[in-house]
Amino acid sequence: MNNPLDAQVGDRLLRADFPHAAMPASSALKRLLQHALFRPAAALALLLLLDLLTIPGFFQLTIRDGHLYGSVIDITNRAAPLMLAALGMTLVIATRGIDISVGAVVAMSGTVAAMLIGGHMGLVNGVPAYVSKTPMAWALCLAMGAALLCGAWNGLLVAWLGLQPIVATLILMVAGRGLAQLFTDGQIVTVYYQPYFFIGSGYLLGLPFALFLVGAVFLVTGLMMRRTALGLFIQAVGINPVAARLAGVRTASLIFFVYVFCSACAGLAGLMISSNIKSADANNAGMLLELDAILAVTLGGTSLAGGKFTLVGSVIGALIIQTLTYTIYSIGLPPEVNMVVKSLVVFLVCLSQSAELKTLRQRLFARRASGNAA
Amino acid sequence: MNALMTRSRGLLASPYFTSLVTVLLLLVLLGMGGAAYPGFLSLQVLFNLLIDNAFLLVIAVGMSFVILSGGIDLSVGSVLALSTMVAATLLHRWHLHPLLVIAIVLALGAAFGAGMGALIHYFRLQPFIVTLAGMFLARGLCYLISINSITIEDPLFVMMSRSQLHFLGGFVSPGVVIALLTLAAAIFIAHFTPFGRAVYAIGGNETSAQMMGLPVGRAKVLIYAGSGFCAALAGLLFSFYMLSGYGLHAQGAELDAIAAVVIGGTLLTGGYGYLAGALSGVLVLGTIQTLIAFDGSLSSWWTRIVIGALLLVFCVVQRLMSIGAGKGGK
Amino acid sequence: MTASAHSAGARPAARDSAPVLELRGICKSFPGVRALSNVALRLYPGEVHTLMGQNGAGKSTLIKVLTGVFTPDAGEILLDGRQIAPASTFDAQALGISTVYQEVNLCPNLSVAENIFIGRYPRRIGGIDWRAMQGQASVLLKRLHIEIDVTAPLERYPLAIQQMVAIARAISVSARVLILDEPTSSLDEHEVALLFGVLRTLRQHGMAILFVTHFLDQTYAISDRITVMRNGEREGEYACADLSRLALVNKMVGAPADANAHVTAIGDEPAFKPAGAPFLQARGIGRKGALAPMDIALHQGELLGLCGLLGSGRTEAARLLFGADQADSGSIAVKGQPQQFRSPRDAIAAGIGFCSEDRKHEGAILALSVRENIILALQARTGLLRAIPLKRQQALAEHFIKALGVKTASIDTPIGTLSGGNQQKALLARWLATEPTMLILDEPTRGIDVRAKQEIMEYVTALCRKGMAILFISSELPEVLRCSDRMVVMRDRKACGEYQRGALDETSVLRVIAAGA
Repeated sequence: MNNPLDAQVGDRLLRADFPHAAMPASSALKRLLQHALFRPAAALALLLLLDLLTIPGFFQLTIRDGHLYGSVIDITNRAAPLMLAALGMTLVIATRGIDISVGAVVAMSGTVAAMLIGGHMGLVNGVPAYVSKTPMAWALCLAMGAALLCGAWNGLLVAWLGLQPIVATLILMVAGRGLAQLFTDGQIVTVYYQPYFFIGSGYLLGLPFALFLVGAVFLVTGLMMRRTALGLFIQAVGINPVAARLAGVRTASLIFFVYVFCSACAGLAGLMISSNIKSADANNAGMLLELDAILAVTLGGTSLAGGKFTLVGSVIGALIIQTLTYTIYSIGLPPEVNMVVKSLVVFLVCLSQSAELKTLRQRLFARRASGNAA
Repeated sequence: MNALMTRSRGLLASPYFTSLVTVLLLLVLLGMGGAAYPGFLSLQVLFNLLIDNAFLLVIAVGMSFVILSGGIDLSVGSVLALSTMVAATLLHRWHLHPLLVIAIVLALGAAFGAGMGALIHYFRLQPFIVTLAGMFLARGLCYLISINSITIEDPLFVMMSRSQLHFLGGFVSPGVVIALLTLAAAIFIAHFTPFGRAVYAIGGNETSAQMMGLPVGRAKVLIYAGSGFCAALAGLLFSFYMLSGYGLHAQGAELDAIAAVVIGGTLLTGGYGYLAGALSGVLVLGTIQTLIAFDGSLSSWWTRIVIGALLLVFCVVQRLMSIGAGKGGK
Repeated sequence: MTASAHSAGARPAARDSAPVLELRGICKSFPGVRALSNVALRLYPGEVHTLMGQNGAGKSTLIKVLTGVFTPDAGEILLDGRQIAPASTFDAQALGISTVYQEVNLCPNLSVAENIFIGRYPRRIGGIDWRAMQGQASVLLKRLHIEIDVTAPLERYPLAIQQMVAIARAISVSARVLILDEPTSSLDEHEVALLFGVLRTLRQHGMAILFVTHFLDQTYAISDRITVMRNGEREGEYACADLSRLALVNKMVGAPADANAHVTAIGDEPAFKPAGAPFLQARGIGRKGALAPMDIALHQGELLGLCGLLGSGRTEAARLLFGADQADSGSIAVKGQPQQFRSPRDAIAAGIGFCSEDRKHEGAILALSVRENIILALQARTGLLRAIPLKRQQALAEHFIKALGVKTASIDTPIGTLSGGNQQKALLARWLATEPTMLILDEPTRGIDVRAKQEIMEYVTALCRKGMAILFISSELPEVLRCSDRMVVMRDRKACGEYQRGALDETSVLRVIAAGA
């Protein structure tokens, strides 16, 4: 399409995106500063520094009952579901999409698991103890299956039917939570079955099990991106889907896959959350998790416009959000400040990614330069 | 005969077809209710529909303009809650005159929307992320003002809450009148003012609108300001209804508004739809809720699911029609 | 239909009056490319002036300068003798320069009347006066001899009518200059006649019309004068009656006056003699609105050239062969086996590669590195699960960078930072890496400096000698003539002749292309 205004913007964008094209690779410091992960890592470091200065004993670690305790562990543990959701969301955003049904999937998977495990007592070896209605392995599989189904649903609407991602996932966001509420009739379903708690509150080798789960998912995803061509294809589809298709990339299947993956991560996060609170709360579980996940991804450096993405960045982004929450709480500010701060951060991050801002800055510098010269 | 066929094919292909379907759907639902439950088709039931959903109608009107222009506004529910909070605080703690409070709340809503509109247009940010963050900001501000609900005891508000305007043998609340007046004003703006036409133009093809010299930037800021204004007005109606300001008010109202607008026949991609669709959409949603309540055996969670399903059907149909139009036209 | 009979009727008029619009010495450059150099244009009232040239000649850039989308680096624009500098399309419109684009640029969801009057509604108390607006719109259209229901949404009408509406809007904004940018590309003969009727009416009323096109027949049907552009420069300004078709085509695609001496000898080798069955045989392949059914056969080791003017259907044919578009009719057989190319993947699996002409939008994945761009198609064919090891990727990238002479800081720099020519080479490398049996090259040398052109063509011909089948599309006739073993000449979306090398010289090909219907 030969739109006359496109060319102008296109030229500006090209110049804005590659301003250092002519510059030779200079000192190591400059390369560090320009590294994609520098800004999120620096932001996290700053926050941690603030905590170090204002909260006594922030970095203290103690060992009790063979478990490692400390604020840092606490933050990372609480951030685990968000890290999972952010990992899934990263791939979706990289293909220029979005998934706002993540919270509903969290509620759904927790609900399915809790309903299948149930909370009644039975006799185990002659001793009354809490048993599971269905074998836990089955319950977990079915819960994940429900999550995968949600992902397939989203993927079908976006990849096959061509609905806008925000519209397609909006439908599940509305209906999915309703379904979960229907199953539980809006009541909180408490789970008493001990082994279920391990996912969210168990410890392994002194560290919370949740961290191992996240680590495993991160490793698997990272391996998938590096060892297979998935990473390359996702970036290609996100940057230029037309060219990717002409090069022979299976764009539709790819887009389908990322939505399934995102919901799978959300499903796992849902199991973690419900295991942690030892119940399934269809009304509130995962509420607003989608915004946190999107925020974590953008904080980590992945652009909402799609293309290049960074998994490490999203994990850092999730940690930033959790540390922020913790810091606000510890400083004594009311926790509601959290929401305000988060929204302001979203505005700032989006603005910083905006091409318009870059051209505005360039124009300001040019004016100042010519003003100085004159 | 041929002329009739081409005319009906034209009707089917028209994007306004879905608006017609909604009205039919509404009639079908009302008919179902009337057949299943005695007393369902009384006038007061219909008036109660309007009374309970007056605030939703106002938000849907504001949302219609946004969606017609091709955007989306996820912050309206939170701005509504924030308006109730601000109103309650100004009345309860600062004892300001109620009319002044109303003016301040409306101005704040408009300013909030205008701010988002400016970010969306001048920095080319995506509407959903800006308004999503706006949603967070507004809710957060609510809770910052107060965690708990604040009761409103101002005589004007109480009077508005209790008044019953008798009409055709039944009664409606002042809120209904305000909502219907807002709808009428919106219909006028949409069809008889250059701004309203600019909304449709931007939704049809924003680049063309810009090239034709329409003040797109100003229009977009006004559109979101209007949405914010409607959210604030809805907040006032809500506070007449509930007589309190509370951060948890209207959770998910934005989704209901979007659903109402889409079900009312407005295409989510923008450019097509009638403002009156907001009314039919809200009535359909309200009727479904009433049907489920009348039934008694179905839990209220079914409302969410049915709304989601309706939304799906309308979106898919709209999408299929646009694919068909694209293929058929060439 | 003889052109001269329909031609302007050679209006000698207007020459004594002053030009209403004049461009002098317009220059415009973009990073890496000089789009316009020293272009001049004169437009008189009451004439249709056609701007002609191939893609990349600079026509659209010139129009964008005229309408305020771009500001020229040098030169001046004079309207009625006074210098103007429009900063936006709206500025230009306010000055009296209106443009109608190929995609019409109106709002399809609004009614015809509204599109004409948007932003200038007739008012009355209580808002917009719809009835007056509809009345005035009908009157306007009637002046152009169009009678349609102005209350219907614009999109319900075919493109030709939509363009009339755009023209009606332009004249109602009291334009002095009307620019039509490639308005006829999607119109059929009847609709073109309709449009030209309107233009003649406007011309009679003293409107200055700048008509941008690449269709020969239409130029001769409507123009008074012609300005030819080539490679960003003005080739010349002629009265229509003074310029024969052959001369015109020669100026657009024939050998340039300063023929480059070193671009020679490739064609001195004897033509390839196809032995055995063709690698690819397409029979009756066509697509409604894009290409009339045609046959194409390609043997391994053969270089088949597709030549013709812009809009002749060459790219459409290539896309059908590659599966990028779906064919309505015909069949394709590869090595004798019938194939169905439902998507590019199928064609790639059959051993075909396709280097698109729009490298910015359909080729380069700008933010990815040169290496990643080069191995993309190969990786797509290898499959998702087996990633090509980094060492091999680097080796491949280095190999092709050296072989094709791609100038890049390293294989990991984003391809968007490379110049046009180097991007093109890298994209060529992408397909070469898949070791295709057949390669389709669509305008591989457009917008590239002469040296890079030469390098690419040498490499391509060498590949051909080694046994690759190549389908070569180019607007530069000398290039095609020099390199092809066989040539298919296309015009107006259908094939109109197939020739062996040596059977035609440049003049005769030009004549085939220029021949009237």
